[in-house]
Amino acid sequence: MSGGLLGLITIFVLAAFVGYEVISKVSTILHTPLMSGANAIHGIILIGSMIVLGAAHDAVQLALGFVAVVLATVNVVGGFTVTDRMLEMFRAGRPQPGDEERRR
Amino acid sequence: MTLAIGYVYLITAICFILALKGLSSPRSARLGNLLGALGMLAAVAVTFLAPGVGNTAWILVAMAVGTAIGVPAARAVPMTAIPQMVAAFNGVGGGAAAVVAIADYLRSSPEPAAGTATAVLFSAAIGCISLAGSAITFLKLQEALIGGRPITYPGQSAFNAVLLAVIVALGVVVATAGGTLPLAILAGVSLVLGVTFVLPIGGADVPVAISLLNSFTGLAVAASGFVLSNTLLIVAGTLVGASGTLLTRLMSQAMGRPLTNILFGALGGTASEAVAQEGRTVRRGTPEDIATMLAYSRKVAVVPGYGLAVAQAQHTVRELTDLLEARGVEVFYAIHPVAGRMPGHMNVLLAEANVSYDHLKDLDQANPELATTDVALVVGANDVVNPAARDDPGSPIYGMPILEVDQAGTVVFLKRSLRPGFAGVDNALLFHPRTIMLFGDAKESLTQLVARVKEA
Repeated sequence: MSGGLLGLITIFVLAAFVGYEVISKVSTILHTPLMSGANAIHGIILIGSMIVLGAAHDAVQLALGFVAVVLATVNVVGGFTVTDRMLEMFRAGRPQPGDEERRR
Repeated sequence: MTLAIGYVYLITAICFILALKGLSSPRSARLGNLLGALGMLAAVAVTFLAPGVGNTAWILVAMAVGTAIGVPAARAVPMTAIPQMVAAFNGVGGGAAAVVAIADYLRSSPEPAAGTATAVLFSAAIGCISLAGSAITFLKLQEALIGGRPITYPGQSAFNAVLLAVIVALGVVVATAGGTLPLAILAGVSLVLGVTFVLPIGGADVPVAISLLNSFTGLAVAASGFVLSNTLLIVAGTLVGASGTLLTRLMSQAMGRPLTNILFGALGGTASEAVAQEGRTVRRGTPEDIATMLAYSRKVAVVPGYGLAVAQAQHTVRELTDLLEARGVEVFYAIHPVAGRMPGHMNVLLAEANVSYDHLKDLDQANPELATTDVALVVGANDVVNPAARDDPGSPIYGMPILEVDQAGTVVFLKRSLRPGFAGVDNALLFHPRTIMLFGDAKESLTQLVARVKEA
């Protein structure tokens, strides 16, 4: 398992560098949507929650797994939806007239 | 099958990296978000097929419940409340990470591997801190139960340090001797630390705390990935952890204050500053005077703040600036990086009202322009134009870059009262002889100005 652990640690370290580099040129106006988008991405804990609930054998594990899936789902769907709503208003160079599908 | 799932997870990881990259530029941001969502969908779909994942009905029911909560909440939230919504979604993510780690510990319990135990402890502690901390930031921004001001008490940092030490000690107990009870206590103490850690952070600093907690949740998710030996959790969690840390630093830089100052140097004890209000006079203007002044200016700067967001006045302010431009007045919007309650908050609102990009100037572009501006119209902003941040080393916001509206010919404040802004710091500019106040709700004041400019 130690070889496996080393592999995981390698992935961890490389991902840390990628995460740091990939947003290093973000413009200030996008700080909020970017934070919100990253927030949705850590909703990936949903698959961890599914694995835990999927493997549950007794009532306690079932309850914990259920709670985890509910929380993670809120994180994922809420996170992507709210980010999209924010970005909807940012559409670059959108045509001014005849573009009235916006909610009032 | 496992191999195929592994490849799908790899594709998802690539989607997430491209999503973050896309989100850093206005042109590709929406595509980036969509790509992230697609990657997420693919990963969730194949996880149903993973070996050992049963209880499908339970999973589907739980997802339905989560969707029924998350989507309406995200759709219904007004744009002014976006920051606290992000905090809420972040908190539940942290909670999920902690629960996953704890549940897996119980399942593999009598003897989990030592490396796994460390990851469980890390995920449980950080996840709980993020959950409780996000709940507090939510309440602060909502100004429910507790106000937006920092809450301080003597020995605060020492108390937090003690809590942290208790968490570490409990962690050592769990890692060496095992046991469910110490783990439960550890989770409980972590929740308390989450609360006490965020309480002293107040005012404009709260968004920075949200960003930091966001990266905490990322790290908790990555730790859960170590618990489950799941590479996708590790990659995605670490991406968010690392980018969130950088984003937190960029945000605190935009405010001109070091991160440690924000986290540990609460802006408390400013009450003494607000004493000398009596004896100073305020110049009030009528909508007619101000409208005439605006209509016959050459150059007008609009400085929006949280008051604009609260009053939902973004469409009205655009109407006003359109009218002025039609009369040949040069108009621009000066956007402070932390105007509103979150960086970029004003840009979102003004974009909603179809204000075009080239009318928006950031701090560095706006300040040279302000010196040649006739009228600076400050709509519901206060701290971001407070000259004390530039001139008064004793001020708690000293060092924060400001929009130098005091360089303009005349400053017009549309404000509900003389109350200090979110940071709780008095603003001498309100009493300056070249300042005119128009009290009232930003939207009503702007509507009056629009009507009067039409007549002028």
